[in-house]
Amino acid sequence: MNLREYQGKELFARYGLPVLPGQVASTPEEARDIATSIAGPVVIKAQVMVGGRGKAGGVKLANNPEEAYDRARDILALTIKGLPVRRVLVAQAAEIARELYLAIVLDRSRKLPLVMFSSEGGVDIEEVARSTPEKIVRFHVPLEGLRAYQARALFQPVLKDGALVAQASDVLLKLWRVYNDADCQLAEVNPLAITPAGKVVALDAKVILDDNAEYRHRDWDGWRDRDEETPGERLAREKGLSYVKLDGDIGCVVNGAGLAMATMDLVKHYGGEPANFLDIGGSSSPEKVTAALKIITGDSRDRGGAPKVRAILFNIFGGITRCDDVANGIVQSLAESPLSVPLVIRLTGTNEEAARRILADHGLTATTQMDEGVREVIAKAQEVAV
Amino acid sequence: MSILIDKGTRLVVQGITGRDGAFHTRQMIDYGTKVVAGVTPGKGGEQVHGVPVYDSVADAVAATKANTSVIYVPAAFAADAIEEAADAGIGLIVCITEGLPVRDTLAVYHSVARRREANGNGKPRLVGPNCPGLLAPGIAKVGILPGQIAKPGPVGVVSRSGTLTYEVVHQLTRAGLGQSTCLGIGGDPIIGTNFIDALTLFEADPHTEAIVLIGEIGGTDEEEAAQFIKRHVHKPVVAFVAGQTAPPGKRMGHAGAIIAGGTGTAGEKMAAFAAAGIPVARIPSEIPSLVAAAMERRRARAGTKRGSASGAKRAAGTTARRNAAARGNGSAARETQRSGRAAARGKPARRTRSQ
Repeated sequence: MNLREYQGKELFARYGLPVLPGQVASTPEEARDIATSIAGPVVIKAQVMVGGRGKAGGVKLANNPEEAYDRARDILALTIKGLPVRRVLVAQAAEIARELYLAIVLDRSRKLPLVMFSSEGGVDIEEVARSTPEKIVRFHVPLEGLRAYQARALFQPVLKDGALVAQASDVLLKLWRVYNDADCQLAEVNPLAITPAGKVVALDAKVILDDNAEYRHRDWDGWRDRDEETPGERLAREKGLSYVKLDGDIGCVVNGAGLAMATMDLVKHYGGEPANFLDIGGSSSPEKVTAALKIITGDSRDRGGAPKVRAILFNIFGGITRCDDVANGIVQSLAESPLSVPLVIRLTGTNEEAARRILADHGLTATTQMDEGVREVIAKAQEVAV
Repeated sequence: MSILIDKGTRLVVQGITGRDGAFHTRQMIDYGTKVVAGVTPGKGGEQVHGVPVYDSVADAVAATKANTSVIYVPAAFAADAIEEAADAGIGLIVCITEGLPVRDTLAVYHSVARRREANGNGKPRLVGPNCPGLLAPGIAKVGILPGQIAKPGPVGVVSRSGTLTYEVVHQLTRAGLGQSTCLGIGGDPIIGTNFIDALTLFEADPHTEAIVLIGEIGGTDEEEAAQFIKRHVHKPVVAFVAGQTAPPGKRMGHAGAIIAGGTGTAGEKMAAFAAAGIPVARIPSEIPSLVAAAMERRRARAGTKRGSASGAKRAAGTTARRNAAARGNGSAARETQRSGRAAARGKPARRTRSQ
C-alpha cells in the first residue's frame, strides 16, 4: 500500500521525525481554518500519488489564510495525470537553505535494507542516479539493525558540520525504526531540508507498506483511501482477487499471476489490447468468477458510460483450480446477469471434461490452447467494434 | 533424474491437517512421493491419509528420518515453520505458503544461509516462499504442481510463477519434450532459491540437457541470471519473461512482480538475455520449438565432432545424449571461448571427450 504524503508524515511524526505542523483538507474552507491555526505562511500540496505535483501546479505557497483558501480552491479543482485532487495538505512553510535526499528501500538483490543518501535532494532521484551517480551514498543495513555510528559515518563526509551530522543521524535512525517496525518497502524523505537556521526537517514523505504485513498492523486499514478506489478495485479487494485496470478492450480472467501476465502479453502479441490484469487465484469458487465478470464489465466504462470491454477471455489452467468450478461460476454468473459482450473460454487441466459438459449444457464451448483462445477473443472484439 | 528431490526424498508435511496440507498430501502420495510424516502442533498421534502426525518437526525427523519438508501453514506462522525445519536438520525446505511479510522472509533467508555456510554441504536449502514447489516427473513431487502435465525427459524448468509454469510444462510435454525437474522458485521479492541456484543445479545434473527459465517483471534476478549463464552455463537455455504489458508501479499479483523506480521491466530482462546470447521466447508457445532447436544444434555439433554415423545415432537416443559435452547456446565465437575456458579449468573439453 502506498501512503499519501500526509499519511506518511503522520507515521513519521509517531516516530519522532521532524515534520512541520500541518493537516489535510478537502475543502477551501478547511484549508483556510488550518492556515489560521498554523499562523504564518503555509504550503498547499495536492495529495495525489503521482510524481511531478509541483510542475502540474499542485504545490503552492500561501502567505495568509485567505490566500490559503484561494490556492486550495485552485488545487482542489485540478486533475493531475488523470487523478482528481480530492485533498490538500496544508503545512507550515519552511525556508530552505539546502535540500537532501534520504531513503531506505529493500535491496532485493543483496537481500538487505539499503539506505540511500544524496546531497542532491528535492529532485527526481532516478535522474540523479543517471546523471551524477557519485552523488548518491549507499549503505546496506546489517541484519542486526542500524547503529548510530554507522549513520554518522554516512553523513560526516557530506554534511561535515557536527550539529547537522547529529541531526541527520537522528533522522536516519528514526527513519530506520519506521522502515523496520512499520514493515515498509520504501521510506523516503525528499527533500530532507536544512533551514537557514540549521534545522533538519522532513518536507515530504513517501512510504510504501508491505501489504503482506497488514495482518499485524491494525492502523493500516484507516489509511486505505476508499474513495480513490474504483468500484471494481473495491470489489476485487473484498473478494480477494488481484486486479489491475488497463486501457484496452479485451477483458482477461486468469488463474495465477504469471499466467495472467502472459495472457495480457499474448493479447498484445496478437494485435489486441488487454483491458486488465485479473488473477482469480488458486481455488476458484463460483462467487469469485461472478465477481470477476462484474469487475471487468463494470469497471471499464468510457467517459460516456458505455462499456469499453468488447470481449472477455477466460484463461484457466486447472491445477488446484478445478475447471468445473470455473465452468459452474461462468454458467451461474451468466444466468444472473447475461453478458452484452462475447465470451471466449480456454480451459485445460483438472476436471476439464466435467467443465466442458457443464458449459455444453448451457450452449458454451471452450478451447484448450491458450494461443487459440487469445486469437479468437481478439477476432470477436473486432467483430463487435465493426 | 532430477535436482533437489529423488527417490531418496523422505517428506514431512508441515501443516498436514489443514485443508491445503491434507489435499496435497494425498496428491503427493498418489504421485509416488514418500510422505513419511506430518506436523501440526497439538495434533501429534493423529493420522492423515495414513501418514503419522507429530507435534514438532524434530519429533518427525527422529521418528521417520524425514530429510525434506514442505510447508502449507498460514502466512503468520510460515517463517517459524521454516526456522523449525532448519533447526530439526531438514536438508530441503519448500515453503508453498504465500503472503509472508518481507521482513519475516529476510530473517529466515539469512538464518538458513548462515546454517548452510556453517554446514558446508549446501544444506539446508529453502525453496520459496510463495512457490508451487518441485516436480521430478516419474520420481516425486513436493508441492502443488499437477503431476499429470509432466513427463520424464531432458528439460529442466525453473520459474517464478505457478500456473504459467504448468502452461509451459504442458506445452513442452505436448511437443514431446519431457522434463528432468520442474522447479517453481516463487513470486516473492525475497526467495530462498533463485535462478542462479537453480541454473547451477541443472548445469550439474547429468540428465538435464536444456533449461527453460521463466521470469517475470520485478527485481533484477533475470539480469543476474543472464550474466551467470553467459559465464557458467554450458547447456542451452531458453528464456521467457512475463509482464511485457504490465504498467509500472502496480503489483501484478505476485508481491515481487512490480516495476519499481523504472527498473524490473520485461523489456530490460529480455534484452539482458538476448545480449547474453540466450534465445528469448516472445510468447509461451514459442518455447518448445526454441528448446528443440537449441537441443538440435547441440546434438548436431556433437555429431560433427564425432563422425556422422555415430552422430546420427546419438541424435536419436536420449540416454546417449547425456554424455555429449557439446554446448548449446549462442554464437560460434562464444563456443570457442567456452571450450577454451573449459580446457583452462582442466575440464575435459568436448573435443577430448568425443574423439
